[in-house]
Amino acid sequence: MVKINGKEEDAAGISVAQYLENLGCDAGRVAVEINEEILPKKEYAATILKENDSVEIVRFVGGG
Amino acid sequence: MQEDILKIGPKSFHSRFILGSGKYSMKLIEAAVRDGGAELITVAVRRANTKEKESILDYIPEGVTLLPNTSGARDAKEAVRIARLGRELGCGDFVKIEIMRDSKYLLPDNEETVKATKILADEGFVVMPYMYPDLNAARDLVGAGAAAVMPLASPIGSNKGLATKDFIQILVDEIDLPIIVDAGIGRPSQACEAMEMGVDAIMANTALATSGNVALMASAFKDGINAGRKAYLAGLGRVLNRGGDASDPLTGFLRD
Repeated sequence: MVKINGKEEDAAGISVAQYLENLGCDAGRVAVEINEEILPKKEYAATILKENDSVEIVRFVGGG
Repeated sequence: MQEDILKIGPKSFHSRFILGSGKYSMKLIEAAVRDGGAELITVAVRRANTKEKESILDYIPEGVTLLPNTSGARDAKEAVRIARLGRELGCGDFVKIEIMRDSKYLLPDNEETVKATKILADEGFVVMPYMYPDLNAARDLVGAGAAAVMPLASPIGSNKGLATKDFIQILVDEIDLPIIVDAGIGRPSQACEAMEMGVDAIMANTALATSGNVALMASAFKDGINAGRKAYLAGLGRVLNRGGDASDPLTGFLRD
């Protein structure tokens, strides 16, 4: 299992780019961190999610 | 009047109103930016979820500089992590550091804020730290490489105004960086008063979000901030401790 935004998901084996696409997420509008390291956008396609990875996918929202 | 520029890091701004984008509809942001004349707008970084497809970035007019905050951070390490994620979102190097350990009063942790400022300034961020108005902490922020100092007027979201007025004045007098009053300003008159004191800019969010009309209140803030700025540049008239001082000539009328 891969922990994505705090939830366990069966996402091991797919690429970050594929995961975002499945999510319907515009890769240009998010930032991705894997195991507390930022993943540069150009590596989304080649980076395969592994068992026990901890992933954060964030975006901008309204705030002060 | 000479052109009045606010310089923060590498950027120059004509507006002295920094707009928050929280707690109101994204659809109102464009009108608030327009009517408030804001050139700098804060946003937060949060987990992406599948339900909301639209992005706040679609509602922010071109030419406006984005100021991502680190809200949610409880220490310097978390703030640095959020700041890096914010920069990765691809909207520049500005960051407003916000570190809070307590959720009741939402008061900033100055010590952790100084630590995060140092790390992020060294990484090339334009760091604008939100802080409790303390002269020693402000001097440490200057030493850590901050591009501005953002003291609170009263607790975040309280609309209570300039509770820390005298301490903000000390920062205005002693700190050689833009002083931006952030948090607690509830009315345009309070924004005006802070600007009269020599504060360089005002940040407001809840005052607009909880008002009856976000865009109209943005316009009122713009007017208040501009009035206060002009009064500061003009130099306020003196105050008499006792007695009066006629505005009219006292001679040459009816009596010799």
